[in-house]
This record gives sequence, structure tokens and C-alpha cells, in this order.
Amino acid sequence: MANKYWESVRVMLGGEPRRVDASEFTEEAKTIHFYKKDEKQDFEALKLEARAHQKKGVWLKRRWVTLLSINLLFVVSFWLDIQILEGALTASRMLGFHLIDLNSALQVMLAHKHIIVNLLIGTGTVFVLWLMLGGRTFCSWVCPYHFLAENAERLHVYLVEKKKVSDHTFHRGVRTVFWVLFALMAIITGYTVFETISPVGIVSRALIYGPGLALGWVVLLLLFEVFYSRRAWCRYVCPIGLTYGFVGVFSPLHVTYKLANCHHEGECRKVCEVPHVLDCVIKGRAPTAQLDIGADCTRCGMCIDVCPSGALAFEIKGLRKIM
Amino acid sequence: MTTEKKPAAPTGVVNKRKLEERRKFLRTMILGAAVLGISTLGYIPVASAWRIRMRPPGALEEADFLASCIKCGQCVQVCPVQAIKLDDIDHGFGVGMPYIDSRKQACDFSCDAVQCILACPTGALVYKKPPYVASRSEMKVANPPILLAKEKDPEPTLNLRERSGLARLARPDACLAVQGKGFKGPARGPDFKGIMRFTEVDRWKPIRLSDHPFDLQLCDLCVRTCPIKGAISLEPVLDKEGKKHMTPTVHEPCLGCGVCEMVCPVEPAAIVVDPRKGWSA
Repeated sequence: MANKYWESVRVMLGGEPRRVDASEFTEEAKTIHFYKKDEKQDFEALKLEARAHQKKGVWLKRRWVTLLSINLLFVVSFWLDIQILEGALTASRMLGFHLIDLNSALQVMLAHKHIIVNLLIGTGTVFVLWLMLGGRTFCSWVCPYHFLAENAERLHVYLVEKKKVSDHTFHRGVRTVFWVLFALMAIITGYTVFETISPVGIVSRALIYGPGLALGWVVLLLLFEVFYSRRAWCRYVCPIGLTYGFVGVFSPLHVTYKLANCHHEGECRKVCEVPHVLDCVIKGRAPTAQLDIGADCTRCGMCIDVCPSGALAFEIKGLRKIM
Repeated sequence: MTTEKKPAAPTGVVNKRKLEERRKFLRTMILGAAVLGISTLGYIPVASAWRIRMRPPGALEEADFLASCIKCGQCVQVCPVQAIKLDDIDHGFGVGMPYIDSRKQACDFSCDAVQCILACPTGALVYKKPPYVASRSEMKVANPPILLAKEKDPEPTLNLRERSGLARLARPDACLAVQGKGFKGPARGPDFKGIMRFTEVDRWKPIRLSDHPFDLQLCDLCVRTCPIKGAISLEPVLDKEGKKHMTPTVHEPCLGCGVCEMVCPVEPAAIVVDPRKGWSA
């Protein structure tokens, strides 16, 4: 068990997913892998049938409605003065309760080197919230930059298809390096250096308090992602994602993979922001009949939407046992 | 994407893979350097002390303030006169941090309780500085400041114990009172958007300054609109030729709220607030 969590963190920090040797597979997994070898024609028929019954974009719709509603709630709370969710994504009050973004709080604590009670309360509330909801769930279900970036990504993917641009990948480990460096810079300089360039804070504030020059930086980032490197900020830079990723390690809410249902077409890996967490769906890789997707997963549900055979699904750990 | 496929062993392919790995490594180093470079650009406006900003009441000393503000804008949201604005990225590390442009809209303590301090989740704005942050004795006020609007209340003082700046008659020659002139009409003209609380109109609802015209024999706008008791008065001052002029004189209770700067009818204002300036007798 502990091993599973460690592997999930190691991959999140930038390590390549470990390939489990076939001899370590469970008997159940071995059996499923064995039958998959022979029944190719059956699988073709199954695939077509599954495709015909596939519901398209269910989670995408739910997620976008949620993301836009939350950000809109921030905006109207101020503009209409209804005071439900006051503040911005870095720190806010929901009906009076402090909510403070974990990474912003960390930056402030490291730069200021003093912690006051309100800061601690707000951080605690948010920590528990995302512990229950899956850590990086914040990224895909709340972060307004994620929304902009995933639409920029569509454009990027289209341009790649048209062979107008090509995707340039980076080593994922660089995000871990950034996380450490931004923490060090906050401690050494006494300024919340990361907050200056954080597109999350900038976009959130621009929505609530009106646009400014800072949006220029966000536009540059998006252009970089469209024309040079797919989802570069979220994949290779953002320390907020990594901070929430840590919270998600032990979260009960995650995407689960069922080997038996999988046709190994790799559609899920094509749409995933963090395809390394879906390494297990490659034919012959899954060591067990069912397994949980790692901490770096943003729980966006794109893979679930795109999977024609229901091999991927949201799951709340423990709920299966209780029910 | 190419790296995820298994190598098919022929030597040519392997070399290509290695080349791609090397390129990827180089790209990653460049990305790292670029992001770090850009993030430290924010230091330039800070180091060059571009412009000293007037922070909301109760702000910690600038270095502490820049470290502790989480840039959420909750202070902006509670301010009844919308005096607080957030800085843009041309202020480097100060992006998203609150400031007040007193000439456009000053803090007139309309909220009575200094709401922005209550709203601040990180202690960047405080009633009383905790012992572990930097403080200067000249910023502390001698006595709890009395808010004229609630002078008749059982508790007439503000919880605030420090000033955020100090008013100064920067252009005595331009001052209408010094010239012995009166003033008639709205303080900053009919188009001025700034708002202010006048207790004689409505204690809880600030109104536009342009909706509250004055008719004064001798201009004393800065004195009559000052929200703090004993912070400013008109005093007879002798000039070089021995002639007596009524001159706005700032006293120790001044908190640097900036109302005098906002209402001053001459352009540019004869009286201004120096942010972060302390009292020296």
C-alpha cells in the first residue's frame, strides 16, 4: 500500500512510471491479459458497440459549469455585493469562513515567516476540503487559468493535426525544481515571488477587480502553449498544482481503472493533461485487475468522457466496501 | 511523444531518440532559466523604490507588507468608499497589492471600524503591530484617535494606533486660506467622482463630493472635512513681510488618511499626504 503511494508521488515529481514485471501481476490480471491476446475479433465488435453507447462530454459539461459558477460567484459576490464568496482565489471568505489557497499561504508564510491564526484556519479549511475532493481537483474544477489553458490546448492540438506546429515537451521533473526554487526565493527575498507571475491569481483578480497589464503575461503564456508546448504551465511549471497534488495523494476521490473493460486504444492518454498517470492503460502494463490513478491526476474526467468502454470511472475509496 | 514508444532497436532510431532526449534536456534548462528570470523581474520596481504607495490603514511596514499580503483584495471589497485599489504588474512584486490614491478617493473612515483591517486574512493590515514585525515609534499616535463622526458615541475612538502617513502643506502659495480667499461650489468640481461621508447628511451613507457644495468666506475645506479630532486647524502664521495668513497646520493626531488631499480645491492639491511619514515635533 505504502509503495503505491510512494510510486504515485515519485511519478508526480517527474519520475518515469515504473513498469511492473509480468511475473508480479496478480492472477486475475494475468488471466485478463491472457484472454485479451486471443479475442481480437470479439474486441473489435465490443469496441464498436461500446462506441455506439458512449455518452459524450458528460464530465466536461459538469466541470465547466462548476468552474465557471465558482469563478462567477466570486465576481457577483463583489459586484452585486451579495457577499457569499468574498476575496479572490488566493484567499477568500465563504459566508464568513476563511478559505486560503494552500500555495499562496505557503508563499506568505515562507516570505513573512510568521503565521497568524486566520491564515492557519483558512489553510486548514482548504486542506480538508481538497483532501476530501482529490487535491488537484482544484486545478481542473476551479482554476480559471486551467479553463483558458484547456481551450488553448484544443487550438494547439488542432494546429498539430494540421501540421502547423509541433509539441515540444520538457522534463516533467522541472516542476518539482520550480516548487523548491519558489519556496527558497520566498524565504530568501522575503517577497512572495511566485505570486507575481502566478496566472491563477492574476486571472482571478482580473475577473473580480477588473483587467490590467498583468493579463499580458497570461496571454504570453497561452501563446506559448498554443504554438510551442502543450499545456506547458500546468505540466511543467505550476507549483500550485504540485502543492495540491500532495494533498491528493491520500484523497479518497480518484479515477479508477478496470483492466477487463479496456480496449487499449489510448484515447484517454491523448486527452490527458498528465498522461504519465495513465501509463497503466498501455496493453500488458496493468499489474492488477483494478487500480487507482495517481496523485498527479487532476480528476478532470476527460479520460472518462473519452473512454468508449467504461474502463475508467470516478470512485470514492471505501464507498465500494460500504455499499 | 516519441519517447513513450518502445525503441525498435535499429541504431539510427536510437541515435534520434538520444538526440531528442538531449534537446528536451536543453529546452528544460532554458524553460527553467526563463521562468526564474521573469519571476525575478518583479524585483526591479521594488528595488528602485519606484513610487512609495499609500497603503490601507494599519498596513505593516513596506517590506513586511509585501511579504504578508496574499493579494486577495478582501480589503477592496469591504471599503464603503472604494478607496482601495490593487496594483498592476508594473509594480513588480507589488502586483495585486492594495493601495490608496488619496487625491482620487481618500479613506475617510466612513466604516467607523476600519473594515479593511478586519477583512485582512493574513495580518498584513493590523490595528496594532505585533512585536515580531518592524515598527517605528514616529508612526504611533500618542492617544487613541477620536473619530469626529462618532464623537458623541460611548466609544469615540478608532482601534487604530498607528498612522499610515502624514499630511503636509506642500504648496502654501497655492492654498486658498493662505491667500485669504473663500470657496464656493463643490470642492473638486461637478465631475469629480470621489465620495465621502458627511454625518450631517447621513452617517452611514457616503455621498458624492460633487453633491455637497460649500460656500465659505475663507476656505477651510481641509480642516472642516478632516475626520480625526485635532489633526488639523487653521492657524495664523506670519510671513516674511510680517503679514498674517491663516494657514492649515497639521497636528500630531493626523493619521494620514488623505481626506484633505482629496478635498483640496486647487489643482494640484496644496495639501498632500506623505505615505509612511511619521510625526516629528
